[in-house]
Amino acid sequence: VSTSEQVIPPGHVLRYTLKERLTHWVAAGAYIYLLLTGLAFWSPWLFWVAVILGGAPVSRMLHPWAGLIFFCAVWNMYVMWAPQMKHTDVDKAWWRAVRYYSTNQDDKMPPAGRYNAGQKFLFWGFFWGAVALLASGVVLWFPEYIPWNLRFLRYISVIVHPAAALFTIGLFLIHIYMGVFAERGALSSVIRGDVSIAFAKRFHPGWYKEIVGQSSAPRK
Amino acid sequence: MWLMRKNQCMHCAEPGCLAACPSDGAIVQYTNGIVDFQQANCIGCGYCITGCPFDIPKMNPKTHRVFKCTLCTDRVSEGLEPACIKSCPTGCLHFGSKDDMKFLAEGRAKQLREHSNYPNAGVYDPPGVGGTGVIYVLHDATQPELYGGLPSDPHVPWTVKLWKGPLKWLGNVAMVGGLIGLVVHYLRFGPKAHEDENGNPGGKS
Repeated sequence: VSTSEQVIPPGHVLRYTLKERLTHWVAAGAYIYLLLTGLAFWSPWLFWVAVILGGAPVSRMLHPWAGLIFFCAVWNMYVMWAPQMKHTDVDKAWWRAVRYYSTNQDDKMPPAGRYNAGQKFLFWGFFWGAVALLASGVVLWFPEYIPWNLRFLRYISVIVHPAAALFTIGLFLIHIYMGVFAERGALSSVIRGDVSIAFAKRFHPGWYKEIVGQSSAPRK
Repeated sequence: MWLMRKNQCMHCAEPGCLAACPSDGAIVQYTNGIVDFQQANCIGCGYCITGCPFDIPKMNPKTHRVFKCTLCTDRVSEGLEPACIKSCPTGCLHFGSKDDMKFLAEGRAKQLREHSNYPNAGVYDPPGVGGTGVIYVLHDATQPELYGGLPSDPHVPWTVKLWKGPLKWLGNVAMVGGLIGLVVHYLRFGPKAHEDENGNPGGKS
């Protein structure tokens, strides 16, 4: 299905192309599996999660593969979105006004583009988190092949992996909160691709101006 | 000079393998001090390989489970001595309570110092891991590295301690606190509004 053929309901504009949505859900599915199995190995209190997911040895075997899938999806996001995630002067103003954003006084916010500064932080946080998790995860995948005189790699990895994971869990909680609970319309936008014009104007006025300026037809 | 040493699991009082293991009951320390791997509970993560300062646990590539010396815990539990001690023809190896073995080893080290001109002879029972269940008498206890790379001051890696100690508690508090914080935030502020009271986008929330 080409994105240009997608039927957008009246009063809505296309926010996420099919490719963007697919990439998001591949990353989301992999991340949730990684989160659940990772938490099972994090604490004995949560070990039962791995038992439910097919047994702890299976979780141990599949966790690294899910990690590779997650990293590929994040890498695809980097290729798609990195140019849109550059820090701008509007973002500086956004961070200065973040207390208004967090208290739902969105009319006091500087006009965000396609992504606001918080979303950009989430993106870069997940990107660098994924890089750290991949680098340390490869070591933890095959600890028995790390020679004794390179054991410092294992010592670094056992602390980098959970620390980076905790950092992404913080981002993940905020992401779920914003996407599912705080911003109505955000979840359906990453499922069906479209947002209402009201949503676009209110949360991403810079982006809205851009897309209506380009043509009358909704573009990505 | 040949320096022979029996290289095996040291059965640490504070085992690094056990500290690093995420699987309940995969590594157990019995009250007699033996540290045992239960293969049925092992998930093959290899964290014990990282936790061990003696490079002892080995991965079975076929079953993807780790294994090591169990100090013949099955024999010991039946009142027998471990097979290595039983089969040692020269009486180099001894088995007994830690106090008895400490006494025997110190006596032998003293003998080496006073009668055999090994002034640095001593007992290897490293305190960094709380002492070990397997101890050695060395002619030169000041240089244990000479004996096939025995670490002079073994410790559980500090990153393993940091991970299983402060980071774990910090992480748990942050995750639970974060969840509670988000719920409270939603109850206080709720979702963001798209329109103002007149239905115009971009108005006050």
